[in-house]
Amino acid sequence: MPANYVALAYLGAAILFILALKGLSSPVSARRGNMLGMAGMAIAVLTTLTVTHNIAAILLAILVGGNIGWFIARRIQMTAMPELVAAMHSLVGLAAVLIAMSAFNNPVAYGIARAGEALHASNRIELFIGTFIGAITFTGSIIAFGKLSGKLGSKPLSFKGQHWLNLALGVVMIGFGVAFCLVPSWTPFLIMTAIALALGILLIMPIGGADMPVVVSMLNSYSGWAAAGIGFTLNNNMLIIAGSLVGSSGAILSYIMCKAMNRAFFNVILGGFGGEAAAADLGDGVQKTYRSGSAEDAAFLMGNADSVIIVPGYGLAVARAQHAINEMSKLLTEKGVKVRYAIHPVAGRMPGHMNVLLAEAEVPYEQVVEMDEINNEFADTDVVLVIGANDVVNPAAKNDKSSPIYGMPILEAHKARTVLVVKRSMATGYAGLDNELFYMDKTMMVFGDAKKVVEDIIKSIA
Amino acid sequence: MTGVVDPFVLNLTVFVLAIFVGYHVVWNVTPALHTPLMAVTNAISGIIIVGAMLAAGPEKMDLGTVLGLAAVTLAAVNVFGGFLVTQRMLGMFKKKGK
Repeated sequence: MPANYVALAYLGAAILFILALKGLSSPVSARRGNMLGMAGMAIAVLTTLTVTHNIAAILLAILVGGNIGWFIARRIQMTAMPELVAAMHSLVGLAAVLIAMSAFNNPVAYGIARAGEALHASNRIELFIGTFIGAITFTGSIIAFGKLSGKLGSKPLSFKGQHWLNLALGVVMIGFGVAFCLVPSWTPFLIMTAIALALGILLIMPIGGADMPVVVSMLNSYSGWAAAGIGFTLNNNMLIIAGSLVGSSGAILSYIMCKAMNRAFFNVILGGFGGEAAAADLGDGVQKTYRSGSAEDAAFLMGNADSVIIVPGYGLAVARAQHAINEMSKLLTEKGVKVRYAIHPVAGRMPGHMNVLLAEAEVPYEQVVEMDEINNEFADTDVVLVIGANDVVNPAAKNDKSSPIYGMPILEAHKARTVLVVKRSMATGYAGLDNELFYMDKTMMVFGDAKKVVEDIIKSIA
Repeated sequence: MTGVVDPFVLNLTVFVLAIFVGYHVVWNVTPALHTPLMAVTNAISGIIIVGAMLAAGPEKMDLGTVLGLAAVTLAAVNVFGGFLVTQRMLGMFKKKGK
C-alpha cells in the first residue's frame, strides 16, 4: 500500500482510539466505545501487514500472543485486575526495548537511515528515551506485579542512601545515553538499558502496598510514553497519538489517586509510606468504650430505616461478601428502604476497582455513587453500614490536625443518624490509625467475618 | 522562513496535540469506569505491535526480525487480553432489573 494511504489508515485508527476512551464517559456507551477501539486496532494491524514481509511468521506471533491474552482475559478474577494490569504494562515495556534494539540493529529497514549509514544523532536521542522508559516500565511493572499478587512482600523495602544510589544511576544512565548519541555502538546502548532495568526495580521496591494504586497508574502512564517514544523513532504518528493518550490517562489517574490518599506524588515515588505509618498513633493509653451488637440488631435497624448507605472497602472483597451484600440490599429495597453504595476513590486496590467488584456481584450501577456526589447526603441518612473499610471513614482526616491522614478526603459516614461497622476486630487499617468513628454514641460495631455477618443479616430480614 | 520542517518537529506537534486530546477525554471518564479505562489503555498501548511488526518485517531474517517477532507476541497478549478483559468488565455494569 502506498505510504500516504497507510498514513491515512493510521489516522482513522487513532481517531477510533480516541472514541474508545470517549465512550467510557458512561456505562451505556462504554461497550460500543470498546468495540471502536478493537476496530481501530484491527485497521492498524491489517494496514501494517500490507507493508511488511514475513507475513506468516508475524501472523503466527499474533496468534500465539493473542491466544495467551484471550485465555488470561477469560480466566482472570476481578479481584486480581491490579496484578493483570501491572503484568501487561511490563509486556509493553519489554516490547518497546526489543523494538528499539531491532531499530538500532537495522535502521535502513525502517527508512530512518540511508543504506550503509548508521542512525542519525536525533533519531538516537529518541531511541535512547524510548528504550529507557520501556526498560523502567518493564522491570518496575514486574516488581509491582509481584507485590500486588503477594509473590513479593508488600512491605516497602528501603535501605540507607537509596535515593542517592538512584540519582547516581540515573546520571550514569544519561551519561551512557549521551555517549550513545555521539557514537552509535552497542556498548553504551546495552549499558544504558541495563541501568534502566535496574532502576525500574530500585524505584518500585521501596513503595508500600497502600500506595500501589498510584504506582499502577504511574506505570500505565509510562507504558504509554514508551509507545510514543517508539513512535518518534519510527516517525509513526499513530504510535505517538495512541501512546500519548495512554500516557496522559495514566498521569491523570495517578493524580486522582494521590489526591484521594492525600499524598504528594513525589512522596509516593520516593517511597516509605507504609513504614512510617506503622509507628504512628499508638493511642493515648486510655481504654475507650464502644458499643457492639449482633447481626439481628443490624438487620432490625436497617429494616426499619428509610435510607441506608453502604460503605464497602476492600475487606468486603477479601471476605468474598459482594454477592451477599447485593442479596441484602435487594431485600431491603423490597421493603421500601432506599439503598445506595458510597465509593471512595481508593476503596479497592486500583482506581475504580470497587465499582467493578460490585458490578460483578450484579449491583445495579445507579445505586453506586461516588464520594463527591454522596457526601452531602449522609446527614439525611438513617443508617450507614461500613463494611471492610476503615481509614476512608475516619473523621480524624477532617477534625484532627495532628493526624497523619489529616486533609485526606473521606466519606462522611459519621454524619448519619446511626452507623453500623462490620469488622473482624478493633484492629487498625492500612494507615495504622485508631478511628474515632468506632467510639461514637451512634455507632454500633458488629464483629465477625463480613460474609458471615451479611448472611446472618439476610436471615433476620427475610 | 526557509527550509523544510524537520520530521521531529512534526512528530512533536502531533505529540503535544494528542496529549491535549487525551487530557480532555480522560477527565470526562466517569470514575466508576476507571478500572476498565486502565484495561483499555493497556490494550491501546499494545499499538506498539505496529512498531513490532515493522521490526519483524524486513525480508532478510536476522537478529532484528527475531526481536521484532518476540515483540509482536508480547504486544499481541496486550491487545487481545486488554480489549477482551475490558469487554468482560463492561458487560458486568448493568442497570436495575436487567
